[in-house]
Amino acid sequence: MTAIFDVRNLKKTFGGLVVTNDVSLSMAPGDRVALIGPNGAGKTTFVNLVTGNILPNAGSVMLCGEDVTRLGPTQRVRRGLVRSFQVTRLFPEMTPEEHVALAILQREGRSGRMFASHRAMPDVMQEGHALLSRLGIAHLARHRVSEIAYGQQRLLELALALALKPKVLLLDEPAAGVPQSDTARIEQAIADLPSDLAVLMIEHDMDLVFRFAKRVVVLAAGEIIFDGSPDAVTKDARVRQAYLGSYADARSVA
Amino acid sequence: MLSGSDTLSVTGDRRARLTRDAIGVLVILALGIAGYFLFPNNLALLTRITAIALLVLSLDLVTGYCGVATLGHAALFGAGAYGAAIAAAHFGIADPIAMLAVGIIAGSIAGLVSGVVVLRAHGLPQLVLSIAIIHLAHEAANKASGWTGGSDGLAGIMPDAVFGLWQFDLWGRTAYVFGIVLLIVVFVLLRQIVRSPFGMLCRGIRQDPVRIRAMGGSVHGTLVRMYIISGAVAGAGGALNAISTQVVGLDSLSFTLSAEAMVMLVLGGTGSLYGALIGTLAFLWFEDVVSAANPFHWLTIVGALLIAVVLFAPKGLYGSLASYFEHRGRKNP
Ligand SMILES: Nc1ncnc2c1ncn2[C@@H]1O[C@H](COP(=O)(O)OP(=O)(O)OP(=O)(O)O)[C@@H](O)[C@H]1O
Ligand SMILES: [Mg+2]
Repeated sequence: MTAIFDVRNLKKTFGGLVVTNDVSLSMAPGDRVALIGPNGAGKTTFVNLVTGNILPNAGSVMLCGEDVTRLGPTQRVRRGLVRSFQVTRLFPEMTPEEHVALAILQREGRSGRMFASHRAMPDVMQEGHALLSRLGIAHLARHRVSEIAYGQQRLLELALALALKPKVLLLDEPAAGVPQSDTARIEQAIADLPSDLAVLMIEHDMDLVFRFAKRVVVLAAGEIIFDGSPDAVTKDARVRQAYLGSYADARSVA
Repeated sequence: MLSGSDTLSVTGDRRARLTRDAIGVLVILALGIAGYFLFPNNLALLTRITAIALLVLSLDLVTGYCGVATLGHAALFGAGAYGAAIAAAHFGIADPIAMLAVGIIAGSIAGLVSGVVVLRAHGLPQLVLSIAIIHLAHEAANKASGWTGGSDGLAGIMPDAVFGLWQFDLWGRTAYVFGIVLLIVVFVLLRQIVRSPFGMLCRGIRQDPVRIRAMGGSVHGTLVRMYIISGAVAGAGGALNAISTQVVGLDSLSFTLSAEAMVMLVLGGTGSLYGALIGTLAFLWFEDVVSAANPFHWLTIVGALLIAVVLFAPKGLYGSLASYFEHRGRKNP
């Protein structure tokens, strides 16, 4: 199938540090890709580059055959490239109901309306409520986000990405910080996504990775060192080396 | 799916919101009527408070709701005042509604221009840009004395009767009623706007613009639109000032007025229309009482009050009261 998402030779340095080194990755509709790698490998930076939150030094990003490298994050989202954040980014003074309503209205180009209220829009309220129920946070719909637990904020973070109905979805550790009892909801929500959607998920929990992914990409020190099937990844010598190396480093630091 | 009771609660919500707005309108109306009968000799002051309240509401839209730092907001107010005054003095547009319309348009244009400039920067540079704007506007009005009367101010504004029925009188009664009605209309419109999807978008931008962009929202475009609305509101305040005092001076386009508007907003509480109204009323009323009682030390007393509010009620008078009652309500529901 043709690529819906195609990243070529992406490069980023912070000061002297090469954080993304000639990374190329493409996905077709329906792909389920796990992006893994040791801490500090450059996974989040990759997402930030692709979504336009930071600018690359070199390389290009194609979305549905269109070069979006020069477009800002807003324009990329409107073309169907949506991400979630590793560290939750929500509006502390707003409620989950308002969050999902805003995302739905934004998706439909209705967020600029001044003489209307989302609460008087049954379609928006119903869709938002259904989404919150699916993630098990409907009972918190009218609490301020600053008053709800972090694990539940993580679920809302995912809800926002889903509400935008993306074509390409990049999830940055969606299950991190979520209590064990709720990870099943996250998994289910991701499993229920439309089959023509391309999903890339960054995740450290290998059980989750193996259940989700049909393809695994390993990033270490800013470079892709493996791109293949989940079966092959555990046997790959370079991957083992990268993980062992990082753990050995971590130990020597500690 | 929403269950039947949820659908009910949607209409229940709307009723609750309308009730709250109606209470707000009734409170303004009651205060307006009380002011009319209790202070019949002070109606000019009360009308000035109303005009400044529009300025502070307007400031709240960009600072309280959108998080834009500005100390140049009187530029929008002054544009409205001079717009209405020039229309009357130079073009013979003496109908007060038409003058108001000119003021609103002039304020919106000033809002657009200063929005585009101020929004180019963030944080302290943004504040500096806003200060530059008010100084430039002040200087421009000073230099263009053929149009504005320069430092003498622009006099000779003689508004016609409102709807041809109510003449502006020496006691300022008509101007006062005109102002209160204007304030109520603006208040109702703004209540609607701040809780609309657009209002939510603005609050979102203040809390996390990166998240808004990640939803596909346009930060800059939204803020510019809010600046235009803010300009319309401040322009209405300026026009009211021109119509009621029948003279417009450079003070309506000054850094001092900009800074005082910010003080009033913080005093009342940012991010709430009630906060803006209460802050204006409290500040100007207190200023009037204290300056009459103690003409030598009133500035000191006002300063001490501000420090006390910022230290002990950092959310402002209204904000602190609101969160106090919210906590109490949760303890004993
Ligand atoms: N804005 C920045 N300025 C300087 N260095 C940065 C910046 N952002 C990230 N880095 C560095 O880039 C490297 C990669 O960071 P990144 O957050 O992409 O890693 P990651 O793979 O997502 O790690 P984790 O698994 O911990 O989330 C790290 O060494 C980090 O310190
Ligand atoms: Mg990361």
